[in-house]
Amino acid sequence: MPVKRADKTPMPVREANLRAHDFEEVNEGYCFAHAMFEAERCLRCQDPVCIDGCPVRVPIADFMHAVAAGDMPKAAELLRTANPLAAICGRVCPQEAQCEANCHMTKRFGPVAIGHLERYVSDWEMEQPINDEVAKPWRDEKIAIVGSGPSGLVCAGELARMGYTVTVFEALHAPGGVLRYGIPEFRLPNSILDWEIQSLERLGVEFVNNVIIGKTLKLEQLFGEMGYKAIFIGTGAGLPKFMGIPGESLNGVYSANEFLTRINLMQAFDFPRSETPLSVGKRVAVIGSGNTAMDAVRSALRLGAEHAMVVYRRSENEMTARIEEYEHAIEEGVEFHWLTNPIEVLGEDGWVTGLKCLRMELGEPDESGRARPVPIEGSEFIFPVDNVVLSIGTRPNPLLHKATPELKTHSWGGLLVDERQVETTVHRVYAGGDAVTGAATVILAAGAGKRAAEAIHADLSVDREKSATN
Amino acid sequence: MVKIVEKRQLTPITKLYRVYAPLIAKAARAGQFVIVRVREGGERIPLTITDYDRDSGLLTIVVQEVGATTRRLGELQQGEEILDMVGPLGEAPDIPSGGHIVGVGGGYGSAALLCLMRELKDRGENTTIIMGAREKDLLILSDELNEICDHVEICTDDGSAGFKGFVTERLQQMIDGGPPGPPDYVIAIGPMAMMRAVEKTTRAAGIANAASLDPLMIDGTGMCGGCRVTVGGETRFACVDGPFFDAHEVDFDEAVSRSKMYVKQEQKAAACQRSAAGAA
Ligand SMILES: Cc1cc2nc3c(=O)[nH]c(=O)nc-3n(C[C@H](O)[C@H](O)[C@H](O)COP(=O)(O)OP(=O)(O)OC[C@H]3O[C@@H](n4cnc5c(N)ncnc54)[C@H](O)[C@@H]3O)c2cc1C
Ligand code: FES
Repeated sequence: MPVKRADKTPMPVREANLRAHDFEEVNEGYCFAHAMFEAERCLRCQDPVCIDGCPVRVPIADFMHAVAAGDMPKAAELLRTANPLAAICGRVCPQEAQCEANCHMTKRFGPVAIGHLERYVSDWEMEQPINDEVAKPWRDEKIAIVGSGPSGLVCAGELARMGYTVTVFEALHAPGGVLRYGIPEFRLPNSILDWEIQSLERLGVEFVNNVIIGKTLKLEQLFGEMGYKAIFIGTGAGLPKFMGIPGESLNGVYSANEFLTRINLMQAFDFPRSETPLSVGKRVAVIGSGNTAMDAVRSALRLGAEHAMVVYRRSENEMTARIEEYEHAIEEGVEFHWLTNPIEVLGEDGWVTGLKCLRMELGEPDESGRARPVPIEGSEFIFPVDNVVLSIGTRPNPLLHKATPELKTHSWGGLLVDERQVETTVHRVYAGGDAVTGAATVILAAGAGKRAAEAIHADLSVDREKSATN
Repeated sequence: MVKIVEKRQLTPITKLYRVYAPLIAKAARAGQFVIVRVREGGERIPLTITDYDRDSGLLTIVVQEVGATTRRLGELQQGEEILDMVGPLGEAPDIPSGGHIVGVGGGYGSAALLCLMRELKDRGENTTIIMGAREKDLLILSDELNEICDHVEICTDDGSAGFKGFVTERLQQMIDGGPPGPPDYVIAIGPMAMMRAVEKTTRAAGIANAASLDPLMIDGTGMCGGCRVTVGGETRFACVDGPFFDAHEVDFDEAVSRSKMYVKQEQKAAACQRSAAGAA
């Protein structure tokens, strides 16, 4: 069969019933032959529309050429210049809704596996010998980054490459943001994140953990006594929403953030060797249908739940998780209860015993354009469960702007930024990622970090010239 | 890493540490807390700031050994380091001026009241502290508190020092007009059962009462929701909205139940810790 008519090369994965009991990575990655074959499937379109689907405009066509020619250094260079977190994005981007959605191969044979190749090339890059000299900044200005999620990491890296002295302040005891505390190792191994962070350290970026800007240090102090010339805020959207239904404070009910943080940041899977306790019973219901819900339900499965269930008030079509995670979840035995709306958590002696739900049906489209779920009268029923994990969304954390009233926000909590989409209402304070957009994606956060770095460089260059002429 | 500059054993299970944490000491206000982690894979636990000194950058914390993490912390010696410490967290309480302000501290709670009481005294308030312990040897920092507060009322269960009985009984005597006089505002810090009993006492007398809640916490920034408490029928996060709440509005039943969430696992962790120590 001609290559151009072959189906998308499947990602080699670990067997479902094995992987569903540990936290090792599910996807094994392409081998060289897979990669060469897959890159050859690219049609070399005159007008590579895949690039329009990429939020950071990776030059995918050139990248495919390089991979197909076996020129990995060039492919890696192309990738990293456009997307500094390629090894991560190759694993977690919703490619099916971005670059691959636009691929001309999609309709008939399945898209070229741009994401899998991105991962392949970045993994190749990580295996290359590194020069462990630490770069020295050559500009005078110091820049502070608040938060070490993807937006902060990318902003830090770009600015360090431009010669600035960069310090990243992180509230938690380890850097990475959601990449560290949220996304589990079976999707994104910590070693990948550590590699990215070490590369930034080699660029001269300094990481300071356990510092909460707004509490430990105020923005005024960063500018004043500490002498930073610009600040980037990449504090994410980490505040979990609760449903406001009765029983949410029963023991055994978690926000997905808490559930995942205990596991990922604090190694609850290794209890009692790690001292982080977590309660995971035989029946765990996760409410929601995004990536976070999939991560939580699959983690519950790995920690011994016999029935790990997703409960969602809309239908499968409205699910927001990456398609690959959904498929993997099904293979691993996760149970899905669509059109099911939880209305009460039931308990006994302070502990969860059940989840009272209503069956729903789809009605007219709502404000979001999705069919509105409406309750079916008299359909109330009870799931017996030991745990409930709420994964119904998060919003930006108000902590920093509460401490800095000049930092203005939208009514829903997102930071206001200028027409360039980078500078906040405070002079020389920039922001990007989930803190500005609300919960979104790694690649959008990475893109925002890059955009902010460019703006910071441009603005500081103006400041520099001004002070030189004065 | 935070260096331990001084360690003092206050009771067999209570230790006082002065640590070098200049950024936290500089930003700290009375009533706030820090979160510490003692080892890789360890829990993150909240500890009230007992005192701070902005000039020397020293922060004082008092640790009562109740679980695996506090025991591990208790083993650390002067010159050693605490792995992680973040803060100051939470909000300083807003205590109205004027009147007789009474702090009620049980266990480590009297230590937690230290800098708060000093701040109130500096503000010119009339202050009393009622501190309780099972027996005389378990009382902590009474000399320091004596210097700060106008009145120090000591209560022991066995009568080995001061008043024989619970802090609430002493509080009731004061409410009934006994010296040093009825309180206008009560601040309770200590075990949940004590704070709840204090609340009952002040409620009956119609006296304003703040309680410092210390539920299980992880991040301390509002990210996990693990520290949620129900206050006045609403879900609040103790780490960012607290730790002080109007005691009369707190759902203590729920708070007590939530604080016991991991009792079984904690026993397991403690057993594991003991067997590891035995093997070493
Ligand atoms: C479980 C989970 C799974 C996800 N899966 C995917 C996926 O598969 N694909 C995808 O594209 N996206 C996914 N997302 C979304 C994606 O992770 C986020 O959009 C992205 O991480 C946002 O990046 P950020 O830089 O804005 O902030 P974050 O990653 O949220 O990082 C913010 C950091 O700032 C720190 N911080 C906050 N306030 C302060 C302060 N005042 N001082 C100092 N530090 C502070 C926080 O502790 C945190 O470390 C997922 C999210 C979750 C929660
Ligand atoms: S400790 Fe996590 S929200 Fe309060």
